[in-house]
Amino acid sequence: MNYLADVSTLAGKDLRLELRSRDTVPAMLLFVVATLVVFNFSLPAGASQEAAYGLLWAALVFTAILGLTRAFAAEREQRVLDGLVLAPCDRSAIWLGKAIAVVAFLVLAEVVALPAFALFFEPVSWELVAAVALADLGFAGVGTLLAAMAAASRARELLLPLLFLPLVIPIVVGGVGASIADDPGRYLGFLALYDLIFAILSWASFEYVVTE
Amino acid sequence: MSTSLLNSRAVALAAAAAGLLLLGLVLAFYWVPNAPIEGFRQRIFYIHVPIALTAYACFFWGAWKALRLLWTRDQRYDLESYTAVHMGVIFGVLTLVTGSIWAKTSWGVWWTWSERQLVLFLVLFLFYSAYFMLRYSVDPGPRRANMSAVYALFGVVLIPVSFLAIRLAEGLIHPVVFDRDIGSNLAGSQLLTFVVCLAGMLALAGSLYVNELTGKRIDARLAELREALS
Amino acid sequence: MTTAEKYVTAAYLVVLAVVLAYVVIYAFKLSRLEREVAELAELARRRMETAPEQEPAREEVAG
Repeated sequence: MNYLADVSTLAGKDLRLELRSRDTVPAMLLFVVATLVVFNFSLPAGASQEAAYGLLWAALVFTAILGLTRAFAAEREQRVLDGLVLAPCDRSAIWLGKAIAVVAFLVLAEVVALPAFALFFEPVSWELVAAVALADLGFAGVGTLLAAMAAASRARELLLPLLFLPLVIPIVVGGVGASIADDPGRYLGFLALYDLIFAILSWASFEYVVTE
Repeated sequence: MSTSLLNSRAVALAAAAAGLLLLGLVLAFYWVPNAPIEGFRQRIFYIHVPIALTAYACFFWGAWKALRLLWTRDQRYDLESYTAVHMGVIFGVLTLVTGSIWAKTSWGVWWTWSERQLVLFLVLFLFYSAYFMLRYSVDPGPRRANMSAVYALFGVVLIPVSFLAIRLAEGLIHPVVFDRDIGSNLAGSQLLTFVVCLAGMLALAGSLYVNELTGKRIDARLAELREALS
Repeated sequence: MTTAEKYVTAAYLVVLAVVLAYVVIYAFKLSRLEREVAELAELARRRMETAPEQEPAREEVAG
């Protein structure tokens, strides 16, 4: 299956690049932990435990933006994206490969962030972990597409958050819901639905974002 | 693309808008009786909800034109999609403002997170404002047209997903629930007034759309002429 | 006017204000378009005046 081979080559390229340069994931790790520390100071004394979960999700969103801003940075600097687009592979494979790499980066950051959160604030349930995993798919899916758009613009790093934040509001709702509600299943189901819809949409439309 | 065909449509739409809206205003202020529970202030319904529905219609129209662009690669759909989204944002802002006034008169607050439509429009306003940021920061051309089209499509998919999210969020975050006795049981006279106002608003949006599109097309042709002459 | 009436009227007036603002903005745009057309007409006229001198040269190049 040529398509899957392309996807794994592309994802592997990003992962290997990151392994060698080690600039994105450490930054995301440091950012999310620093944000959690800031939250300690921004939460008033009598704040409910639920507020902490809300702030965790805010931290995850901004960490995702940080990681995504780097997603096409390397390509831009070396104009590899133009080359990739000319390559005889389905353009959507570029999206899938990149999204897989972004998920990997997010998971690595969360492996540190979630224990840190449990240590500083509130316990982390299995539903929360499931929600974070589903949210990662959502962040990577739409984020990769939007990062490609932002990379083609003049505003670049400024544009990505503007495009990203409104689209991921449903993810935040699903995530916070799964963290604090009595029936997290409903919110997890919603996250899965979001992921499915937007993954299909991003996969199908990536081709148009990178070509004329 | 000829602008003369647009001109006859423009006149028809503008006349329809003027007539329908005038009629709607008369009906809304003079004819329709006061709502039983809400009283006089329920009349904002006749301008707020038609504007909201018109905004949705504009976004869907923009997404349809975006789909046509991606399907046929015909660049003229880019301007049509852009203009439709622009109309949608204008009507969206109006929805937020009239909704806010309605909230103030109903519950004494200018904003409440428990009014689903308002929250949805706020999210959409953010989303479509970013649409304009996107357009301004990419150089004109087929690439920008494609990206705008994809983004417009994401927008209409976001509408139902966001609505679902907002409903789910109500379970967690906002215990204060304001309730309002709207649209579920509209008496005959109320329904008629509503329909007239809705038709008028749609005609108004169509009229503004055609005008703006003509203006943008003329802009483009003048640019071409300037190229050719210099 | 009761408070309720004031708010209802305010809502309708806001809509009117936005539509009228649109009309004003459009008036500006139309005057700009008029100016551009005038400029381009001037450019075209000047082109037509210098054209007869250039034609023999153009024919040589084309032929």
